Amino acid sequence: MSTSLHSFTSLASLQDALSKGTISATELAQDALAHAKTYGELNAFLHIDDELTLAQARQADQLRAKGQATTLTGVPIAHKDVFVTQGWRSTAGSKMLADYVSPFDATVVDKLLKAGCVSLGKLNCDEFAMGSGNEHSVFGPTLNPWDHSAVPGGSSGASAAVVAARLVMAATGTDTGGSVRQPAALCGVSGIKPTYGAVSRYGMIAYGSSLDQAGPLAASAEDLVDILDCMSGFDERDATSAEVCHGQPNKAGRIKAEFQQATEQFQLDTSKPLKGLRIGVPEEYFGEGLSSEVGACVLAAIAQFEALGATRVSVSLPNTKLSIPAYYVIAPAEASSNLARYDGVRYGHRSASYTDLADMTSKSRAEGFGAEVQRRILVGTYVLSHGYYDAYYLQAQRLRRMIAQDFQTALNGQCDVIMGPVTPSVAKPIGANESDPTADWLADIYTLSVNLAGLPGMSIPCGFALGQSGKKLPVGLQIIGNYFDEGKLLAIANQFQKVTDWHQQSARQSA
Amino acid sequence: MTWEIVIGLETHTQLLTETKIFSGSSTRFGALPNTQANEVDLALPGSLPVMNRTAVDRAIRFGLAVGATVAPRSIFARKNYFYPDLPKNYQITQFEIPVVIGGSLSFFVGDQEKVVNLTRAHLEEDAGKSLHDDFEGPHGESSTGIDLNRAGTPLLEIVSEPEMRSAAEAVAYAKTLHSLVVWLGICDGNMQEGSFRIDANVSVRPVGQKEFGTRCEIKNVNSFRFLERAIQYEVRRQIELIEDGGTVVQETRLYDSDKDETRSMRSKEDAHDYRYFPDPDLPPLVIAQSWIDEIKQTMPELPAALRARFTKTYGLPAPEAAQLSSSRALAEYFEQVVQTLPEGQAKIAANWIMGEVSATLNREEKDITDCPVKAEALGSLLLRIIEGKISNKIARDVFAAMWTGEHDGNADAIIEAKGLTQINDAGAISAMIDSVLADNPAIVAEYKAGKQKAFNSLVGQIMKAAKGKANPQQVNDLLKSKLDT
Repeated sequence: MSTSLHSFTSLASLQDALSKGTISATELAQDALAHAKTYGELNAFLHIDDELTLAQARQADQLRAKGQATTLTGVPIAHKDVFVTQGWRSTAGSKMLADYVSPFDATVVDKLLKAGCVSLGKLNCDEFAMGSGNEHSVFGPTLNPWDHSAVPGGSSGASAAVVAARLVMAATGTDTGGSVRQPAALCGVSGIKPTYGAVSRYGMIAYGSSLDQAGPLAASAEDLVDILDCMSGFDERDATSAEVCHGQPNKAGRIKAEFQQATEQFQLDTSKPLKGLRIGVPEEYFGEGLSSEVGACVLAAIAQFEALGATRVSVSLPNTKLSIPAYYVIAPAEASSNLARYDGVRYGHRSASYTDLADMTSKSRAEGFGAEVQRRILVGTYVLSHGYYDAYYLQAQRLRRMIAQDFQTALNGQCDVIMGPVTPSVAKPIGANESDPTADWLADIYTLSVNLAGLPGMSIPCGFALGQSGKKLPVGLQIIGNYFDEGKLLAIANQFQKVTDWHQQSARQSA
Repeated sequence: MTWEIVIGLETHTQLLTETKIFSGSSTRFGALPNTQANEVDLALPGSLPVMNRTAVDRAIRFGLAVGATVAPRSIFARKNYFYPDLPKNYQITQFEIPVVIGGSLSFFVGDQEKVVNLTRAHLEEDAGKSLHDDFEGPHGESSTGIDLNRAGTPLLEIVSEPEMRSAAEAVAYAKTLHSLVVWLGICDGNMQEGSFRIDANVSVRPVGQKEFGTRCEIKNVNSFRFLERAIQYEVRRQIELIEDGGTVVQETRLYDSDKDETRSMRSKEDAHDYRYFPDPDLPPLVIAQSWIDEIKQTMPELPAALRARFTKTYGLPAPEAAQLSSSRALAEYFEQVVQTLPEGQAKIAANWIMGEVSATLNREEKDITDCPVKAEALGSLLLRIIEGKISNKIARDVFAAMWTGEHDGNADAIIEAKGLTQINDAGAISAMIDSVLADNPAIVAEYKAGKQKAFNSLVGQIMKAAKGKANPQQVNDLLKSKLDT
């Protein structure tokens, strides 16, 4: 029996081996650490500490020996570096926090640790999660395992890359405007952003607080179930986390139960499991800007869902285009305030020379933040300023309500889920948008509105198209559901993955 | 030209809670620097604020006490500005919709009742402290220290309408507000420790003018006396400025109690653009009517109600009733004393408490709660006056002895031991009068010639002969009848 993680094609098969004792958490962790280093050229890991990982693995083995193992005990994962962790540095991809070590664990980190997951370390990302190519990290870009000249997407770029390269079984990510779904699509893995409030934000380094939500990435929808279920739950330390979803307490077990319930329902008709499911396809998601190859993959995937019994209905989300200005007002506004705490006074980067307090703060921030972060802080400061607040911030909040209403019109009566592309094209070459920093912003058009509405959305692999280097690159399908429908979304995606193998394609060879 | 003074006050009241407004750290005063600051107070990456319901309870109590509207839904906002002792570099406060809206406060300035309307009261967090003076860095260099123990302490900022017209009114308002928040148990009222901080908005305008003049905000006033002096100084400064042809500039001014002056801190031009926006980390503060009702059940009798009751039940004039209801402890003391006396004798209790008791407390810098003469003991002393056993004047000597604890503070024992029992025997008094009259024929003659003063002189002689113990009313009556017949 191999002790290599990549020989397990699913979380279920790994769980089976762990529970039978054919492999130990410690053996798995040792092997995974070695591979993580072998694939160091991806620049995915920012901080690996063998001792910390192996201590968690030994702890996992002890849990199992005591009969206290959960389905996740011994499962190797890694965390995006916006989750604060004890032991490993928590940098948010920024010079500002390059040496920062948190005295506490994020709630998500803590929950996964308590369930017995073994963390391999911290994963590269765009600085403070601002970016969609993982290029805005002070530690350099992460490479796409399918094509090292392409970006892996962002901001959870390395989270998607390590899953695509099968270096971990799952990774945590955060999604403020598409930062889980977009890299999942560009790296050919499955990723879900749950409903705002389903997962605690405590210990997640804040970017846009009203939009930020943690979500996992893994090879398949089925693999995501246990991880997301474990991550979710009301947290008294996060006032925006939901206490109740669908009339049920928001706690571990809810999402898994909904997944199982939906799956059982689907299994009643094995030839047409998705019979009765109405898939809304928004016309606005297939207009100008969408690459024809990506569009073809997405439509083919929707046709596959139809073959499984679902019906396709046309819906309209008329304010989709407005999600770009709305998002790029609200997120920077919140960011400008959230990032004000990085002033060099209590922790983080402090300039080596300064004349007075104001100069110290100013220089520390100018040196500590990269260009994209500074750009968004400036935009955010501007839109909140006296005289501009009504025209920008309040107006953006109005757009936000209209966008959320569009989804409710579609999801209450017209359809059960919405499907469409995640990105207009496959992964771009690294550095493609260097001269036009806001070009990336426009590419977020299909993902932003889900965050503005607070809805759950996921991305699953649905094909390949040629990238600019001539190599084949993955395409993602986006599935959007109504509030707290995560379990249902995962079950629907699982039905698709039972009859397709896009999710089984691993970038391991190319990597 | 005659000028009208316009004053509005903003008061930062530290709410009495065990823990901070958005974190679980202790709010205790005086701990070693930064020992009461957790990840939320330090604004460490990933930390989030969570509302402390006890702070909301305190705000609701205040709202009920001043007859305000408690907002069923209020919003927390971020006030953005950089300062080293503001760890997040924004303050969580309430901006557009505060938790308490309106209400009023009534009080007496001398004999005049004054009602001042309140604009609002909102919840917010306090900042930490910067220690600039004599602070050394780790290498002995001159440095600024930051103590974040106070960061996140809950505050209720109470804003009045600009309805006060003199420094005396402002002080009376501030004292009334101070005693109210202490009364309600929502603030310890300790001004030295910064639990009750007052900013005054002051402007002047010609009498009769409708528009307000340009105002200045005076900060750093940490006692009622300084409040009065700061306003007086500022009013003088503004009037002189205008009369000399200048104009008042809207600005924030700092009161310097050593120099007894205000000086410019920052002008409107330097004012921050606070970039207020709703805090996305905190959902709207929703207060159900049931919560308000629950708090109503546990509200103490309020000063205004008590004042009305004192006037009605005990027949006290309103200003006296107001003074006795200025603190819960004082009111309780008064009522305890009254209970030991026969019906209809509340007035003597009021006079004594506001007179001898208050004066002694002030002289000894003690609070009524530390008064060595307990209510029952005072009652037994007053009872002897009512019975005519001792005179009011003798009673003051007895009270002084009770204060120092002679004979365990027992009034009767002191009267007995010192032989102070009043002489009420008409025969004995008459004999003393006759003796004094015989010894002072010249004074008697003066009286007969119409000099009223001579009568008082004779009374004095008689009381001296009686060692102060003769019943003064009887002395008066008997002397008069003897002289006038």
